[in-house]
Amino acid sequence: MIYLRRFAHFWYDFVVGDDWTIAAAVVVALVMTGVLTRAQLAGWWLLPTVVITFLGISLFQATRT
Amino acid sequence: MTSGSVALFAATFLASAVEMVEALTIVLAAGVTRGWRAALFGVAAALAALVALIVLLGPALMRIPIEILQLVVGALLLIFGLQWLRKAILRASGFKALHDEDAIYARTVAAARAAEHEVRAGLDWYGFTLCFKGVLLEGLEVVFIVVTFGAAQNQIGLAAAGALTALLVVLIVGVAIHRPLSRVPENLLKFCVGLLLTTFGTFWGAEGVGVAWPGGDIALLGLLALYTTAALVFVWALRRRRAALLTATIGGIK
Repeated sequence: MIYLRRFAHFWYDFVVGDDWTIAAAVVVALVMTGVLTRAQLAGWWLLPTVVITFLGISLFQATRT
Repeated sequence: MTSGSVALFAATFLASAVEMVEALTIVLAAGVTRGWRAALFGVAAALAALVALIVLLGPALMRIPIEILQLVVGALLLIFGLQWLRKAILRASGFKALHDEDAIYARTVAAARAAEHEVRAGLDWYGFTLCFKGVLLEGLEVVFIVVTFGAAQNQIGLAAAGALTALLVVLIVGVAIHRPLSRVPENLLKFCVGLLLTTFGTFWGAEGVGVAWPGGDIALLGLLALYTTAALVFVWALRRRRAALLTATIGGIK
C-alpha cells in the first residue's frame, strides 16, 4: 500500500508539480470548451485565456515574499 | 517536413538536451569517484529501461481513438508544459535559483566520496545505482514528451530521433570536455520547451473536445506568439516585483 501511495505521489508530482490549481483550471477549461463547442458556440478562446490567467495568478502567489 | 514535425523534433531535442545535461553531471561525478565501469553499467541499464518504456507505450497509445488521444495527450502536455514554463519564469525573474551544474557536481562528488563501498554483481553498487536512478529520473520526462507528443502526431519515431540526437550531442561534448556542461543555457531551453508543450497541449486539447481552430494549423503560431508574449511580460513584471520587495526589505532593515 505504501508503494502504491509512493508511486501515485511520484506521478502526481511528475505531471502536476508545485501548483495543483493550474491543472484543475486546465481540466475545467477543457470541459467548458467542450460545452461551448457542443452548443455550436466558438470556444477556442477559453483555454488560452484560462491558461494565461491562472499561470499569472500562480506566479504572483508564488512570489508574495 | 511539416512545421508540426519541426516543432516535434525541436521539443524532444531541447527537452532531451536539458535532461541529459543534468544526467551527465551525475554520471561524471559517479564515474570520477566510484569508477567508470559501475557508472556506465548504470547508464546502460537506465537507457534500456527508457527505450523499453517507449517501445511498449508508443504502440499502445496509437491504438487509442484519435479524439480521445488528442484530448488526454493535449491535457497532459499542457499541464506538464505549464509546470516547466512556470519554473522557467520564476528562475528568469530571480525568484528561483538557476540550475548550477558545477555546484551540483561538487555536491554529488562529495556525497559519492563519503558513501560506503559495497560490491554487488562485480560492480560498485553506489556508483551503479546513482547513475541508474539519475539517468532514469531525468530520462522519464523525455520519455513522457516523446511518447505523448509523438503519439499525438503519429510520429513517435521522429520524436525518439530528436531525443536520441540530443543524447548523442551531449554525450560527445561531455566526453570531449570531461566536465559538467555548466555553460548550457538550461533555463532558456526549459523556457522554450515549456512554451512548445503549452502551445501544442492547448491546440490538441481543444481539438480533442471538438474545437475547430480559426486558420487551422496556423493557430499554432498565434498561440505560440501569445504565450511567448505573456511569459515575457510575466518575467518583466516579476523582476520589477522582486526589485521592489528587495528595496522594501533593505528599507525595513535600515
